[in-house]
Amino acid sequence: MSDAAHAPDAHGHPAPPGGIMRWLTTTNHKDIGSLYLWFALIMLFAAGSMALLIRAELFQPGLQLVRPDFFNQLTTMHGLIMIFGVIMPAFTGFANWQVPLMLGAPDMAFPRMNNWSFWLLPVAAILLMSSFLLPGGAVAGGWTMYPPLFIQGGVSYDLTILAVHIMGLSSIMGSINIITTILNMRAPGIALMKMPLFVWTWLITAYLLIATMPVLAGAVTMLLADRNFGTHFFNAAGGGDPVMFQHIFWFFGHPEVYILILPAFGIVSQIIPTFSRKPLFGYASMVYATASIAILSFTVWAHHMFAVGMPVAAQLFFMLSTMLIAVPTGVKVFNWVATMWKGSLTFETPMLFAIAFVCLFTIGGFSGLVLAVAPVDIQLQDTYYVVAHFHYVLVSGALFSIFAGIYFWLPKWTGHMYDETLGKWHFWLSVVGMNIVFFPMHFLGLAGMPRRIPDYALQFTDFNQIATVGAFVFGFSQLVFLAVVLKAIKGGAKAPARVWEGAEGLEWTVPSPAPYHTFETVPAVK
Amino acid sequence: MKSMGQRSGMGGAALAASQPVLAEYGYNLQAPASSVAHHVFQLHNLIMLVCLGIFVAVFSVMFYSLLKHRKSLGHRAAHFHENTAVEVVWTVIPFIILMGMAYPAARVVIDMKDTSNPDMTVKITGYQWKWSYDYLNDGIRFYSNLATPREQIDGSAAKGKHYLLEVDEPMVVPVGKRVRLLITANDVIHSWWVPALGVKQDGIPGFIRDSWFKADRIGTYRGQCAELCGKEHGFMPIVVEVVSEDAYKAWVAKKQGAAHAAAADNAKSFAVAELVERGEKVYQANCAVCHQANGMGIPGAFLPINGSKVATGPIADHIRVVLNGRPGTAMAAFASQLSDADIAAVVTYQRNAWDNKMGDAAQPAAIAAARGGTAEAAAPAAQ
Repeated sequence: MSDAAHAPDAHGHPAPPGGIMRWLTTTNHKDIGSLYLWFALIMLFAAGSMALLIRAELFQPGLQLVRPDFFNQLTTMHGLIMIFGVIMPAFTGFANWQVPLMLGAPDMAFPRMNNWSFWLLPVAAILLMSSFLLPGGAVAGGWTMYPPLFIQGGVSYDLTILAVHIMGLSSIMGSINIITTILNMRAPGIALMKMPLFVWTWLITAYLLIATMPVLAGAVTMLLADRNFGTHFFNAAGGGDPVMFQHIFWFFGHPEVYILILPAFGIVSQIIPTFSRKPLFGYASMVYATASIAILSFTVWAHHMFAVGMPVAAQLFFMLSTMLIAVPTGVKVFNWVATMWKGSLTFETPMLFAIAFVCLFTIGGFSGLVLAVAPVDIQLQDTYYVVAHFHYVLVSGALFSIFAGIYFWLPKWTGHMYDETLGKWHFWLSVVGMNIVFFPMHFLGLAGMPRRIPDYALQFTDFNQIATVGAFVFGFSQLVFLAVVLKAIKGGAKAPARVWEGAEGLEWTVPSPAPYHTFETVPAVK
Repeated sequence: MKSMGQRSGMGGAALAASQPVLAEYGYNLQAPASSVAHHVFQLHNLIMLVCLGIFVAVFSVMFYSLLKHRKSLGHRAAHFHENTAVEVVWTVIPFIILMGMAYPAARVVIDMKDTSNPDMTVKITGYQWKWSYDYLNDGIRFYSNLATPREQIDGSAAKGKHYLLEVDEPMVVPVGKRVRLLITANDVIHSWWVPALGVKQDGIPGFIRDSWFKADRIGTYRGQCAELCGKEHGFMPIVVEVVSEDAYKAWVAKKQGAAHAAAADNAKSFAVAELVERGEKVYQANCAVCHQANGMGIPGAFLPINGSKVATGPIADHIRVVLNGRPGTAMAAFASQLSDADIAAVVTYQRNAWDNKMGDAAQPAAIAAARGGTAEAAAPAAQ
């Protein structure tokens, strides 16, 4: 990756500037992809440390390590950073690296805008993180930013609104780039229904981002106005309604959930056929299922608000529409299993993470189904059951798919095979650790432990202690991941162009590491 | 509804047998104590069973494949990649299963939402960070605060059995009566949740939402605020005591008597020592969360009272701050929350505790006068 970057290549491109300027000024999709991925990794460790502090405080009842207001800052920032700073940038990093390689395009459609979309992110991250140092501390009203609580906060709340705006801009520009690339820059012969599924899922995700990010921007702008300019959008005393914020927020927030998982479906749909040595089962139904999930995601938002109180008809509508999402999601799981069926399976680290994804994401899907049922949701809303649910979806779902994708494409990116033994250690520690943290949280939620509390009643002690032990195992095992990545960048067995025996697609036709410029002449696609 | 009632009866019997186990380990929903909670308990069991069945079926297939269709066993890959019949079947069957689950769920939704024909109505208001209960039929109104001592939370004292789930004044209701709840909030959104009664309803400032329960067993049921409401969100529990009809009547009489006594207190004059003693209790229940027991506040977040200009300045200004709060900050207005006598006591305590040795006292009459005065004084200022 780095050697290839510095020498002028056969096509007469000037060498990119060296040092930091290479990264600041780069318009190369591979460089920008790497930047997104490194940014996500740094943020993963930042927000992960916050999670460990939260779990350490919850190891036993009573207040030991942090005060309640700081605890709320930790939970809020953990959520915001993991969503906007880890999962979303990591998927965008994959899109940058892989979409042009998979479609036979020389780069993204708008390379300069690509640079700008990335470099907005560190600015937003600095705004968010520096608020820990401001008077009153960081934002503590929950990542959902519900007013009126959010109106009460100090200056860091305004910084958070600004940071959300900047991250939204970054996402919208990134999405425009991805959509334009996919629709205009496919090599001849790659019809839409022949695109790799990863590209399909990102196309749909990018549309979701463009549709919902402005909604979030509107919601936080109204918060900003209520906080600073004397408006009363969310203040009943001035004729507003605090619940209106929740409707607007979740109209963004539920499609956002799928923004965080559709690219994961895409990655897994590349990996499972590769290591099954068998084409993906039901390609067309996978595409239709992804599209159905995306469309349905705009009709289910109020299932986050069953405890707010709604008319019967609204509760029934949102319950039914939410349950309906289980159908296309089920189709996907069945298709993955059918892809493995009668394959010729091997279990390299990417495949292990992909299998864990299918199994554990399904647990998250089932707990989602339990939560879709309005009367049960009302019991479980805002409890640890919900915490367990979305961590199964976002950790063993989104994050595991990211790990799977990194192991899958790292040899292509670096030109070196990663250390398979260390990779397997990382997998087993993660999968065991993750389940020890989050499985007991189902029981805590059922038994009645609310989320977002720094201290709890004595009957919740045992499961909390188990979860904390698991959290430290899971957290520290990510250092193994860091070691694997660094080791593969430094050296290792030379990777061939077609890294995996069962790998299909254009990205495996270019050498490993992928040269700084690829597909400058349009590839022939059969 | 009849068939559902019968099913819940059977479920209840089965449940009663296993209750001690459930209560001890706490890995399932709490033992239900109302009809709604029974329905929810059964609905959850049903869905869990369906999910578990599907999970086992799908992943048996997957793990069979993982074991048998390995390259290391010499298994060669087949090349099929679609089958329309199979794909239609596994789209339609889940849809039918889901509709089968939605039907009983919809019936419970409709039942939960039916708040008609209550036997009594209680208005519940969430505050940062306590609850108030207004018995609209019996004219009783009181606040309910966390009763767990701060020493237990900080670890300097052993934790009690109901750590964090105990209050000074529980909500009391008669068994077997339909209780309608009108739930709202004063400052930010809170959520009133008692798992065993199957009620969770957000309290939204400026709006009133309703819910209901009919407790079927005498007992004490505990819950907590379920919507993040600021730093003490984890410390505003809910306790509902379900008692017999007679015990409820006795409790109502007692509370009404206490209300008369409190009204009488407002007309009295007290010695400084009496006010300080009473004021300390009021302070611990209402002020210490932010301003701390030692009056030092929390630097950067909550101002100190010890040595403050307000507590060592003119007493009329001090009273005004306590009555009206400080808009735009976390300092609440206590005018509607505390009686004249309690405000007099807490002001006197603050002026004489710690290093504040003012030696003066506020009497209930002065508070009553300030209330009248503030209403008139505030009106022109607002215009």
